[in-house]
Order: sequence, then structure tokens, then C-alpha cells
Amino acid sequence: MTNKKQKSDMSASQKRLIPSYIFLTIVSILSVFPIYWMMTAATNNTADVARGKMFFGTEAATNFTNLVKETNLWQGMGNSFKYAAIQTILCLIVCSLAGYGFELYHDEKKDLLFGILLMGMMIPGVATMIPLFSMMSHLHLLNTSAGFVLPAVSTPFMIMMFRQNSRNFPVDIFEAARIDGLSEFAIFYKMYMPIMKATYAAAAVIIFMNAWNSYLWPRVVMTENKAQTMPILIANMANGYSVDYGKLMMGVLFSTIPTLVIFFVLQKRFTEGITGAVK
Amino acid sequence: MKEKKPSTVRHKQEVAGWLFLLLGTVLIIIFQFWPMISAFLTSFKTGSAANMKFADPIVFNYSRMMKDKLFVTSLKNTFLYLIVQVPIMLLVALLLAHLLNNKDLKFRGVFRTCVFLPCSISLVSYSLIFKSLFATQGLINSILMKLHLISDNINWLGTTSTARMVIIIALIWRWTGYNMVFYLAGMQNIEYSLYEAARIDGADGWKTFWHITVPLLKPVIIMTVILSINGTLQLFDESVNLTGGGPAGTTQTMSHYIYNNAFGTGVANFGYASAMSFVVFIMVAILAVINLKVGDTRD
Repeated sequence: MTNKKQKSDMSASQKRLIPSYIFLTIVSILSVFPIYWMMTAATNNTADVARGKMFFGTEAATNFTNLVKETNLWQGMGNSFKYAAIQTILCLIVCSLAGYGFELYHDEKKDLLFGILLMGMMIPGVATMIPLFSMMSHLHLLNTSAGFVLPAVSTPFMIMMFRQNSRNFPVDIFEAARIDGLSEFAIFYKMYMPIMKATYAAAAVIIFMNAWNSYLWPRVVMTENKAQTMPILIANMANGYSVDYGKLMMGVLFSTIPTLVIFFVLQKRFTEGITGAVK
Repeated sequence: MKEKKPSTVRHKQEVAGWLFLLLGTVLIIIFQFWPMISAFLTSFKTGSAANMKFADPIVFNYSRMMKDKLFVTSLKNTFLYLIVQVPIMLLVALLLAHLLNNKDLKFRGVFRTCVFLPCSISLVSYSLIFKSLFATQGLINSILMKLHLISDNINWLGTTSTARMVIIIALIWRWTGYNMVFYLAGMQNIEYSLYEAARIDGADGWKTFWHITVPLLKPVIIMTVILSINGTLQLFDESVNLTGGGPAGTTQTMSHYIYNNAFGTGVANFGYASAMSFVVFIMVAILAVINLKVGDTRD
């Protein structure tokens, strides 16, 4: 009896959810479709794309060959990986150190300083790009990894994320380690870093994605072809009067694969990273 | 001796604390704060990059802006995108999060992943995807033709009003899932029993949404509003890659116009570009302060 009643309750509540299911299904299809279409277009020739073909075709090899022949695809992929990897590592080190310092050693002065640094989040990239360009040009850092990553190695957002998450770091371990005679820095890399693995992973995902996808600053500082990143490469492909859509979408697919893989493999970390500041 | 030891230990700890945050702080000052100050100074100068002098009158670049039709258009565009797109996006995101927060709902993970998926695509990539979808010889036109809704291909990106609309649609597509994730995270902190109690009291979905979810999520909502305003005022990738700012600069955003003045073909007008970028900074700051104040008084 009770089982039966529960069952009918269940179906009643499911019935009430029908509008939700319909709405969510529509939104899901709309969300996924442009990405699905990009993948199909990468396998079709430009005439089929223009005709509105929505299914996978047989031109993937041709599009790929044209892409490799007519653009510096591997150089672009290599550059993007190199800059994003360097930026991720340096940003993790610098921002975790700072976040740790601001949280575990916090006092009035440090809290005030942190508040001031947070205001940096409001500084628009378009405002700093001109002075930064002049700076990099004077230092001969245009078209170098250093020029690409330096402005993004320390960001208020990442410091904030590590500062917030450092609240989960057990203070008694910290005190115990001090009594055991571990130096302040040894506590950081022997205890803090291993315990905070999850935060590091989430932060790494966010930093890597941001670096991989960044467009305005690389366009300013990477003035030469050999320093080109993937976003610049595909953006340049779309300029011009006759665009080969099959080839273009193959390029877009390549610039998207790394972030798509990260998204699916590390979705949990990705959400944690984005929402790291909500805690 | 006994007294001295603890104080040196504490002194050491004190120094260590500052050392930890030193590098991060110095880098932010050098690469964010100093350039901002430098841009402010540059905004009063004229001349080409190598040979800049203070303008006469000193506010020359700022008064020039008000008479610059392209700048005024880019300002209007940016605010249009802000006023139309941000509310729609945040409401849809809030609604999606509310629906997905229901424990009776099946396939929650699948729905969440689908809605969140656009976040995995870079801004340049999705701009190019939407540019292709809305091309005159593109998928949207061919679908509308097949459905006999239109008799001629629409030049979506070549017409000001539709090009602006495409930018707004694209922005909503890219960022709704992103904001939804914030709301879902915020909802984890709301006791589920509140919803169950409301349901027993006979409150329907809408009522629980407006009377429980929205008020309790206020801090998160304010944060997403600030982030969205900040992002929209700095729109660049979409303007450059989706419409190219066209037709004739009528869909251009402020960042796009500033970039063109500084690094576009022709003269590098760093002074004027800096003045405009400082205006963007002031607007971001003002809107952020307003939002925080609004958040405070309603408490």
C-alpha cells in the first residue's frame, strides 16, 4: 500500500515537472546546437555549409589539409599551449602564495591592502593595454612569452580565490607544524600545497582557459606572425571576402578541442573554479 | 633571553606573512595600477606615440569625445547591449538554476552540462560560429527559407538593427550557463527544507522562486550583475569578430573603437584612446558602486 502511494506521488510530482522538462530540453538543444553545427561544418565543404547542411559530411580531410597548408596551425597551437602553460604555472605559484599570506597571516594592514588590490578587478583591459604595450616595447618583450604572460601572472581574482579557499586550511595543523619547527615557507609547500590540491586544480583550469582564449592582449603584444595564438589565427581566417567555412570551422574546432576536453574531463573543477569566489 | 626568543619568532612570522604576498602585490601594482595611472596621464596628451605633449586645452581629448559621432555610437551600443542582454540573461539563468535545483528532476546532470557547455568555447570561436550561422548564405537563412518564413535571404550582419540583435543573442547564448552555475552554487547554501515547507503550504513554483530563491540569492545575484556589467562594458571580441563593428561602425563597442584608435591602421592615437578608456573605467567603477549600495540598502 505505502509503496503504491509513494509511486503515485512520484508520478504526480513528475507530471508537475513536465513544463520544466520541456523548457530545459529546448534550452539544452539551443545551447548545444551551435557547437554541434560547428563540428559538422568542419566536415563539409563551404558550398554545403552555405546550403544549410546540418549533418556530418566527408570533407574533413580536405578541410584539414587546406587548414594545415594555408595557415600556421601547428605553430598557433604550439604557441597557445606554451603561453597558456607558462601563465598557468606562474599564476598558480604567485597567487596561491599571496592568497595564503593574506588569509593565514591576516591583520588590519593586510586586509586593507587586499581591499585595495581587489579594486584592480575593475580596471578594464582596454585601459591598461596602451601603457603595457609601451612598457613591453621598451623592455623588448613584444612577441615573447614574458610579454604575453606578465600582465596576467598576478590577478586580484585568483588571489581572492586562494584567500577564500585558504579558510578551509586547518589552522591547528599550521600551529602544530610551527611547534615542530617547520619554517614558514616549508609549511606552505609541505602542508598547504598538498592539502589544497583541489583548489589548485580548479584555479589551474580557469587560468588555462583564460590564457588559451585571451584575445585583446595577444593582439596588442604579439605583433608578429610567429608569435600568433589560436584565437588570432582563426580570427584572421575569417577576414576577407570569400571565407571557406569548412576550413574556418575546422580551425575553430582545433582552437576549441583543448578547452572542450578540459570542460568534460574537469567539469567539476571548472565549476568550482568559476564559483570559487561565491563561498 | 627567554623574552627575546618568542618576539624574534613572531617577528619572523610577521616578515614571512608579508613575503608571501609581496610578489603578487608588486606585480598587480606594476601591471594593473601603474598602467591605469599612466593611461590617465596619457589621456591629457596628444601627438603620436613617440612624441607626445600635454594637450592645450588640457581636457582636449575629453571634449573631443563628446563631438565624436563614432564614439557616441559605440557608447550607445555598449549600453544597449548592457540594458537588453544582461537582464534577459540573468533572469533566464536564475530560472534555469531554480528548475535544476529541484531534487525530483531527472537528468539534472545532463541538462546542467548542456546549458553550461557554451562556456567551454572561446569568445573568438563562438563569435565566428555565430557569424557563420547568420551569414547571408548561412544556416539561419536557409532554415527560414525552407520554412517559407522569408522569401529572400536576410542580411543579418549587414543591417544595423539585426546585427545588434545577433550580438545580443550570441551574448545570451555564451553567458547564461556561466551565470547559472553561480546561482546553482549559491542555492547549495539554501536549506532544501525551506522549499519543502513552502510546497506543503501550497506555494507553487513561481511563488517559491520569487519569495525564497531570489531574496536568499541576493548577494550572488549582485555579484553576477557586477561581473556582467563589467564584462559588457568591455566587450571586444564579439564586436571585432562577429560584426567587425559594422555596418559602418554602427554595432561597434567602446573597447573596439578604443582599440582601433590605438592600434588600428593609421595614426596611433594613444592620447585619445587613453581618454576614452578612462571613461570606461569610470563607468565600470560607478556602476559597481551603485550595485553594492543597492545591495546594502535592501537588507
